[in-house]
Amino acid sequence: MTANSERLPEGGRIDRTKPLRATVDGIEILGYRGDTVASAMLANGIRTVAPSLYRSRPRGILGAGNEEPNALVRVERRGSSPMLPATTVELTEGLPVHTLSGIGALEPNSEAKDLDTRFAHTDVLVVGGGPTGLAAALAASEGDARVLLLDDQPELGGALLRGTDAELLDWAGGAAELLRARPEVTVVSRCTAFGYYDENYLLAVERGETLDRQRLWKIRAHHVVLATGANERPIVFAGNDLPGVMLADATRAYVNRYAALPGSEAVIATTNDTAYEAALDLAAAGVSVRAIVDSRAEPPEDLAAMACQAGIEVLADCVVAEATGTDSVAAVRIVRFEQPRRTVRTIRADLLAVSGGWSPDVGLFSQSGGKLRWNETLAAFLPEHSRQRQHIAGAARGRYGFARCVADGRFAGVSAAESCGYPAPDSPLRPGISERATRVETEQRPVWIVPAETGKPAEWREHFVDLQRDATVADIARACGAGMRSPEHIKRYTTIGTGSDQGRTSGLTAVGVLAWLRGMGSPGALGTTSFRAPAVPVSFELLAGRDTGKLLDPVRTTPIHPAHRELGAEFENVGQWKRPWYYAREGEGMHEAVLRECAAARTGVAMMDASTLGKIDLIGPDAGEFLNRLYTNGFKKLAIGSARYGVMCGCDGMVFDDGVVLRLSENHYTLTTTTGGAAGVLDWFEEWLQTEWIELDVWATSVTEQWSTVAVVGPRSREVIGAIAPELAVSNAEFPFMTVRETVLGNGIPARIVRVSFSGELAYEVNVANWHGLAAWREIERAGAGFGITPYGTETMHVLRAEKGFPIVGQDTDGTVTPIDLGMDWIVSKRKDFIGKRSLSRPDTARADRKQLVGLLPDEHGTLIPEGSQLIGEHTPVTPEVAPVPMLGHVTSSYHSAALGRTFALALLRSGRERIGQTVRTPVGDRLVSATVTEPIFYDKEGARRDG
Amino acid sequence: MLLIECPWCGQREETEFRYGGQAHVDYPSAPAETGDTEWAEFLFYRDNPAGPFAERWMHAAGCRRWFNAVRDTRTNEFLGVYRIGEGQPA
Ligand SMILES: [Zn+2]
Repeated sequence: MTANSERLPEGGRIDRTKPLRATVDGIEILGYRGDTVASAMLANGIRTVAPSLYRSRPRGILGAGNEEPNALVRVERRGSSPMLPATTVELTEGLPVHTLSGIGALEPNSEAKDLDTRFAHTDVLVVGGGPTGLAAALAASEGDARVLLLDDQPELGGALLRGTDAELLDWAGGAAELLRARPEVTVVSRCTAFGYYDENYLLAVERGETLDRQRLWKIRAHHVVLATGANERPIVFAGNDLPGVMLADATRAYVNRYAALPGSEAVIATTNDTAYEAALDLAAAGVSVRAIVDSRAEPPEDLAAMACQAGIEVLADCVVAEATGTDSVAAVRIVRFEQPRRTVRTIRADLLAVSGGWSPDVGLFSQSGGKLRWNETLAAFLPEHSRQRQHIAGAARGRYGFARCVADGRFAGVSAAESCGYPAPDSPLRPGISERATRVETEQRPVWIVPAETGKPAEWREHFVDLQRDATVADIARACGAGMRSPEHIKRYTTIGTGSDQGRTSGLTAVGVLAWLRGMGSPGALGTTSFRAPAVPVSFELLAGRDTGKLLDPVRTTPIHPAHRELGAEFENVGQWKRPWYYAREGEGMHEAVLRECAAARTGVAMMDASTLGKIDLIGPDAGEFLNRLYTNGFKKLAIGSARYGVMCGCDGMVFDDGVVLRLSENHYTLTTTTGGAAGVLDWFEEWLQTEWIELDVWATSVTEQWSTVAVVGPRSREVIGAIAPELAVSNAEFPFMTVRETVLGNGIPARIVRVSFSGELAYEVNVANWHGLAAWREIERAGAGFGITPYGTETMHVLRAEKGFPIVGQDTDGTVTPIDLGMDWIVSKRKDFIGKRSLSRPDTARADRKQLVGLLPDEHGTLIPEGSQLIGEHTPVTPEVAPVPMLGHVTSSYHSAALGRTFALALLRSGRERIGQTVRTPVGDRLVSATVTEPIFYDKEGARRDG
Repeated sequence: MLLIECPWCGQREETEFRYGGQAHVDYPSAPAETGDTEWAEFLFYRDNPAGPFAERWMHAAGCRRWFNAVRDTRTNEFLGVYRIGEGQPA
């Protein structure tokens, strides 16, 4: 083997002025721009790729496109790709390629690639740039419809590129030029549609010349024309996986398009007319074509004559029974069609070009919901019925031959444009080419399998059906023996058709073999397996595109965020929000920081950014009535300037969200929600207002981001509030608990201050317009400096509220917990109805042994029970003999408490209130520890601290 | 991906919408007088036909309006959309 030794001296569509060097498995090869990795390999005499996946059999290049099952490669460079068919990778300078045994390896390091997404809306989408697609796009765009044409090759022309007919190639070139000149037409080359979804929504991948540039197209089309062509099928015989066995049309592609010789002595095996072209083209390229083995008893006379003229013998009524050779094809054994055990001839050859007929590429059509039907004459499943606004045209629906494809494509294009309201002008149907290439093919004689000389099908382990999956006739026979009957079951049992090639060369072949094994005439009655996206391999990183890292999900921060950073806060993710978790000082870990922050709030004064709490304005004369219907307690009679805590349930009576409602004026309420529940609560309000209570005059508006909120907490908080709001009377009598005051801070910022407490301490929430948030924070910090004001984060907030037994919806509840389960009977109105009330008296909801919120005090004061720990009874045996161990509930919150000098927890416990005073056990690490069940309140049970 | 006709905005991508389950399931007018079985059916029981199904959608990333639609569950085809308060088209 020497560089370019198998390159024809002239011809092909490669650019000989642009030589390229690359390596395959470490061997340097020479090629040209326009080569694929596969064509360059053949031109350099490399016909063998990595051995097969399971059986380690030698394998070669079978095809010349995305049907390739063997020649899979990994490209190691910027834009590396774990596994691609070498037949679809364009050769570029310095490309390092390794052939793979069916399994790629993911690149462990993420790389800088240009991966983008593009959205497109078009009147007509044409998939495929062969004669059919070109004709369709030309026709569709004549009336100025917006047309998008996708083609997976670098050059338009489709199957024409594999031939040598200059007139047809000129037509394709002219059509491409015409399309590019039309302003409403977009032509995208190197672009493969791989997914076809509802309402003509398609996904396509566009590749750059190099693999590090890819673009995902998301396309919505009014009308789609599928011009996806057809795939040639192999034939199943012994040794049909040897290197040197190639699809006949692929050999044409290599000699004609790439000027690369796939072999020197060839035998052609066919069931139909098309392989004669391959035989003639190979002969013209200098390959010694030894014979055409035609399954038909009477091959068409004109073709036989042409073969004869080229010096090629035609063996009619014959089939290839075996390809033999050690590492590649060395000889071909030929038998009579009807007598497969009688050898007619054995011919020496290094290339065996096979054509088992053609399968229209109906993958996208089938994905779109189209129905298929078996056609006996063409021995293929053809499109029968479309479910979407679409045409499928040309070879993709079994219309073979240039003239028929062009006519069919043109019809599809005109119809598509008409359906979008752009009728094509009445121009002649001439594709610009004389009436030629209209030869009607003769009937084929399908060969699904050539039986072995001896033995039973279950022993035919060299008759390959799926080369990528290394699956044989023996595997299908075994599946049948195990009782499988349908192709779908066979597919799953044998994995045939599940490789990255999507079974392009194996799917129908497997059905044909199955039909033969079951003694059925043709595969028609068996049907085919489903086609699914992606039709070609697509990387997850392309689907993700730029939606990674920072751009994956927005990060939300409050206007006070810069202050938290200056203070060295550790942040916690709460939904999309970044919230300060704790503020560690020099030498502190989280544990020490939280104890210090808690102590400050309980003994001095502390401050927290509470801006992330959801906030909703409710305005309208019926706002009070609306709140009454949604919250378990009443709000209609809430005094203006007052605040009230409220709980909402779903229709099923389970706690859904909680918060504080303020009444600002007769018709204006504003309320807080949990940080994570804000969007859901607004949705809930809008749903009721729009769908059920349309008579209520209320408007709900999210104002979460309009307000910044700073909580000022602790026995000395009144002094801090007094200092920042000189005009405000702050005494307990003048500004009592659960009231709201509007004032102007000393620094001129208007503020709404509410006396609410989520810690049990005297506390205030200072609300200001969000653009004043940072200034308000700094003002409070300044005013509180003399009192040692301490910023605290979410962890301290959780500890403080848990010490008081205030549940957090979503942490201490999980959608199966009623207000009664939480011990909040006091907040559930007996007088009025509310959403969920009826459910509280359902037999299941009213059970006495429901899980109820309780406190837990571990017997060991320093032991922290992990949140989520399961609880069991004090004497419940934990042995394999008595299993399963009955669970009583689980721990929902668990902390170290500075105020208590010990650990404590909240838990949902079966019949919890009855168990107060009893002991439960729970695993901590490898041990079972005991804890005493208590009321869910640990600190200041009398509520003496709330007024300072 | 479906293309859904919002009765207020026109055709929009499915990802802009939130699904709201079966339409025309009224909240019982007198919950307190509704029996346990009837209430449980209101809470938990919904139709699941193979064929035309009247259901609720909300244009969440658009006008945020709820509306009703009849969709054929076998094909995903929308047979019609209509505003809240309008009767189900025949
Ligand atoms: Zn809308």
